Amino acid sequence: MDDKKLVYMANQIGKAFAYQDEAASVASIAGHIRSFWEPRMKKAILAYEQAGGTGLDSRVLAAVRSLRPAQ
Amino acid sequence: MGLVQETDYGTPAATATEMVTLTIDGAAVTVPAGTSIMRAAMDSGVAIPKLCATDSLNAFGSCRLCLVEIAGRNGTPASCTTPVAAGMQVSTQTPTLKKLRRGVMELYISDHPLDCLTCAANGDCELQDMAGAVGLRDVRYGFEGENHLTAPKDISNPYFDFDPSKCIVCSRCVRACEETQGTFALTIQGRGFESKVAPGMGEFLKSECVSCGACVQACPTATLIEKSVVETGQPEHSVVTTCAYCGVGCAFKAEMRGNEVVRMVPYKDGKANHGHSCVKGRFAWGYATHKDRITKPMIRAKITDPWREVSWDEAIAHTASEFLRIQKTYGKGAIGGITSSRCTNEETYLVQKLVRAVFGNNNVDTCARVCHSPTGYGLKTTFGTSAGTQDFDSVDEADVIVVIGANPTDGHPVFAARMKKRLREGARLIVIDPRRIDLVRTPHVEADYHLPLLPGTNVAMANALAHVIVTEGLVNETFVRERCDWDEFQSWAAFVAQAHNSPEAVAGMTGVPAENIRKAARLYATGGNGAIYYGLGVTEHSQGTTMVMCMANLAMATGNIGRRGVGVNPLRGQNNVQGSCDMGSFPHEFSGYRHVSDAATRTMFESLWGVALESEPGLRIPNMFDAAVDGSFKGLYVQGEDMVQSDPETAHVVAGMSALECLVVQDLFLNETAKFAHVFLPGSSFLEKDGTFTNAERRISRVRKVMPPLAGKADWETTLAIAKAMGFAMHYSHPSEIMDEIATATPTFAGVSYKKLDELGSVQWPCNDKAEAGTPIMHIDGFVRGKGKFVITEYVPTDERTSARFPLLLTTGRILSQYNVGAQTRRTQNVVWHEEDRLEIHPFDAESRGVREGDLVKVQSRAGATSLRARITDRVAPGVVYTTFHHPDTQINVVTTDYSDWATNCPEYKVTAVQVLLSNGPSEWQERYREMSEANTRIATPAAE
Repeated sequence: MDDKKLVYMANQIGKAFAYQDEAASVASIAGHIRSFWEPRMKKAILAYEQAGGTGLDSRVLAAVRSLRPAQ
Repeated sequence: MGLVQETDYGTPAATATEMVTLTIDGAAVTVPAGTSIMRAAMDSGVAIPKLCATDSLNAFGSCRLCLVEIAGRNGTPASCTTPVAAGMQVSTQTPTLKKLRRGVMELYISDHPLDCLTCAANGDCELQDMAGAVGLRDVRYGFEGENHLTAPKDISNPYFDFDPSKCIVCSRCVRACEETQGTFALTIQGRGFESKVAPGMGEFLKSECVSCGACVQACPTATLIEKSVVETGQPEHSVVTTCAYCGVGCAFKAEMRGNEVVRMVPYKDGKANHGHSCVKGRFAWGYATHKDRITKPMIRAKITDPWREVSWDEAIAHTASEFLRIQKTYGKGAIGGITSSRCTNEETYLVQKLVRAVFGNNNVDTCARVCHSPTGYGLKTTFGTSAGTQDFDSVDEADVIVVIGANPTDGHPVFAARMKKRLREGARLIVIDPRRIDLVRTPHVEADYHLPLLPGTNVAMANALAHVIVTEGLVNETFVRERCDWDEFQSWAAFVAQAHNSPEAVAGMTGVPAENIRKAARLYATGGNGAIYYGLGVTEHSQGTTMVMCMANLAMATGNIGRRGVGVNPLRGQNNVQGSCDMGSFPHEFSGYRHVSDAATRTMFESLWGVALESEPGLRIPNMFDAAVDGSFKGLYVQGEDMVQSDPETAHVVAGMSALECLVVQDLFLNETAKFAHVFLPGSSFLEKDGTFTNAERRISRVRKVMPPLAGKADWETTLAIAKAMGFAMHYSHPSEIMDEIATATPTFAGVSYKKLDELGSVQWPCNDKAEAGTPIMHIDGFVRGKGKFVITEYVPTDERTSARFPLLLTTGRILSQYNVGAQTRRTQNVVWHEEDRLEIHPFDAESRGVREGDLVKVQSRAGATSLRARITDRVAPGVVYTTFHHPDTQINVVTTDYSDWATNCPEYKVTAVQVLLSNGPSEWQERYREMSEANTRIATPAAE
C-alpha cells in the first residue's frame, strides 16, 4: 500500500477528532482505523510507524502505536 | 393474466375526518366531508360519465358530461365540482341527464376523427368509452362544418405524439403539467372554437416540457399517446414493478404484449410516486433490449485479446478456477467483489455472502462508497440509523424546505414535483448550492434564500447556520433536553458559538454574505416544520461525513426530527443505494449495519452459512485500486458497476484494473470497466428478474420479472453458479427464499417477505414485530441510538485548492435526461436532450479565456486533462465550472482527484482545482483511451463449423 496515501488518510482522521482532548482523540483515531482499515493497510501503517512515522501527526502517531499487537 | 386496472375516482380523495352521509340513486353513501359527488358515487359503485375529471387532478368542471340532479336544487350541476352534503339526494341517471350527456357527446364527436378501428388508442380511449356509456348512436350535425380534423401532428418528442385533431380540449394535460409535474409547459391557447392545447415555443421538443409523461397519462383520448403504443399496439397484460433508475423508486405497470414491453405506466398505488413519473422511468427503458446487450458469456486470457464467446459452464468454471488459483498463489485476501446499487437486494446480499463465505474475506464494497457512504456513517453516529428519517409524503407537511447539495428536479424528478407542489402551496425554500439549480427559480417557485457557497465550504456554512441558531436563542431547548445528550449539546453549542463560526467570519471563505446566512438560519429555526433534503453535494467532499453530522446537529438543535414534515433526508442517487448498504455491502459490516467484529452477529452468520467468517474489515473500493497497483490484490468480481467511468482519478483506476489477473465483469453492456476484464458474464435488466429495491425513504418494493433473461440467467443465478463452482452450494430456487434468509438474519428486515410485499405493495424498514407494516418516520419517540448525539464539526478546508496554475473549481453532477455513467440512458432517445457532456463556465471566466459558446476547451487538473465543449452560463458563479459525467468520451473523472472523505473514503468529486483553456482537439488521455478502448472491445468471430 502507498505509505504516502495511508499517512494522509490517517492524518485526515486525526483532524476529524482534533476537537477531543488528547486521550479521547487518540482512542477515537485508533478506533476508527481498527474499525475501517483492512489488515494489510493496518500492517502497512504500523510498519511505517515502526520506521519512524515521518509525517504522521503526533496524536495519529500515538493512535497507530496503540494498535500494535501486545508483545 | 390481464392488464392491472386501477379505479379512477374522478377527483382526489378528501382529507377531512368528518363524515357525511347522502344518498346516490337511492343508496346511502358515507364519505369524508369535501368529497365530490362524483367520487362518492364511484365509492358506492356508480360510475358517472366523465371526460375532464381524473382523480390525480383537481376538479375542473369543463366537459359537462358528469352532470347530476340533486333533489331540491335547480339545474344539473357537475358532479366533479359539487361537494357532498349531509342528506343530499343525488340522481345520476334521469331522462334529462341522458339527453344532456348525449348532446354533449354529440358535439365532441362532431369534431373528432371517426377512425376508431385504426386509432392507436382503440380500446383504451375514454372518449370511446363515454360514447358507449351515454348511448351515442348518431351525430346530427354532420362533419362538413369547420373542424380541427386536419390539424397537424407534433411528433417532435421522441417518446410521444401530439395529435390535436383528436383533442377535446379537456385541459387534463395542461392541468397535469401544472398540478402534478409543476412545469407549466402547456397552456390552452385561443378562445372558443380556436381553443387548443399549446406547448411553449410551438412544439413539444422546443418547449419547457420535461417529458415526464404526466400529460400523456392524463389524456383521455389518443391526442397524446406513446410512440411505442402507436408502433406496437395496445398491451394485453401488465405487471407491477419498480423503476431501476434513481432512488425515488417509482412503481410502474410494465404493460406488455407477450414478452415485449409496450409502455411503462406509473402506478397510482405506488407509495413513492403516487402515479407520477419522469422521462427516464416512463420512457427510457429501451436499453433493456438494445442491440449492444451482450447475451453470451465471454472470456479472454489477456485484456488485449479479442473476447471469445463461451458457454455459461465454461465461463463460470474459468471464473472459479482463476479466483481459486489467485487465492492459492497470493493469499485469501487477494480477491474481492463489488455489489451494485442497480441490482436487487437479493442479488446484493448474495454477492456479499459470496465474498464473506466463499472468498473467505470481507473485501466487498459497493458503489455507495462513491456517493452516500458518509450518510451511513454520519446518521448512524448522530441518530443511530444509517438512513433517512422520513417518507416522501412527509414533504407535504414541511413548512421550510432546505435543499443542500442536491438538484432534485434533475436527479430525483418525481420527488421534486412533489416538493414543488408543496412550495406552491406556500412552504418556504432555502437552497444551499454552488450552482443556481432550477429549483432556485422555477414557475411559481422561488427560493427565499439561495446561498451559492464556494465548493468545499459546506461545513463552514453549516457551522455558521448553527452559530446563528445558538447565539440568537433559537434552539429548541425542550426537545434537546428531552431527546439528546445534554452535555454533548452544551459542548457543541459552545463550539458553534465561537466567533470563527459566525456568518461574518465565514462570509469570505464561503462567498455568501453574512446577512443571508443569518436570515436563512432564522427561517429554518423558526419557520415551522423544517425539512432538510440533501444529495451528493454534501457527501462527496473530504468532510462529507462531517457535513452529514452538521445537518443532524441542526435538525436536533431546532427539534426538526421525529415527526412528519421535518427530518434529514438523503436523496439517494441510484435505485438501490439504500438497499445495497442495508444488505451488508460495506467491507466492515454485515446486513443491518452490524460490524464484522461483532462476535454475536458473526457467530449467527457462521451458524447460518456453515462457515467461519473473517472479523477484520475488508478493502474499500479505492483501497482495492491501491492494493491492485501495489500487487497484493489480483482478482475482482464486479456486478453491475463501472468504476472506470464513475470513480475518480481514472488513470489510477485504470492502473488498478490493468494490474488484476482476473477481472470478472457482470453487466448488461461491455462498459468501460469491461475493457479491462478477463471474463464477461451477461447481466439481466430489472425487467428480467424478481427481487426487491429499497428506495431513499427505506421503502422495500418488488421488482417483478416481465420477460425471460436475455442471456438465460438472472444476476442472482450467476452468483449462485460462481459460489457452487468454488465449492459452496447456496440453495435458493427463487429470490423470495433469499429475502426469507435476509429477514431471518437482519433485525430491521425481520417482518419482510414477498407475501407481505404483495399484500401491502411496499414496506419501509424497520419492519419487524414492533412495526409489522414498516416505519414511515424514524425516531418518533426517541433516537434509535438512545439520546441524539451532537458532534463537534470543526471546518477543515480541503487540501484541493485553487492556485495560479489551477484557478477554477470544478464540480460535477448529473442531468435530468441522463443517468450516471449513461450506460442505460445513452442507449435511448434521451440523447436528444443531452448528446454530450458540456462544461458550464461563467461568462466572466469564459471571456477572460477567449472561450465562446460551443468551443472545445481543455479542463486540466493535477490528475489529468480532458476536452469537452463549453456552455457559457451564469448558473455557475465566477471561479466555478461544472459538468456532467454521463459520456465515456468525456471521461471527466480523468480530472477528479484522489482526495476523499476522512471517514469513508467517499471521493471528493465536488471540488477539483482546474484550469480551462481553449483546445483544438481531444486530450492526450482521450486519444490514448479511445485507441485502447477499440482494441480491448473486439469480439472474435466464431469459426465456421
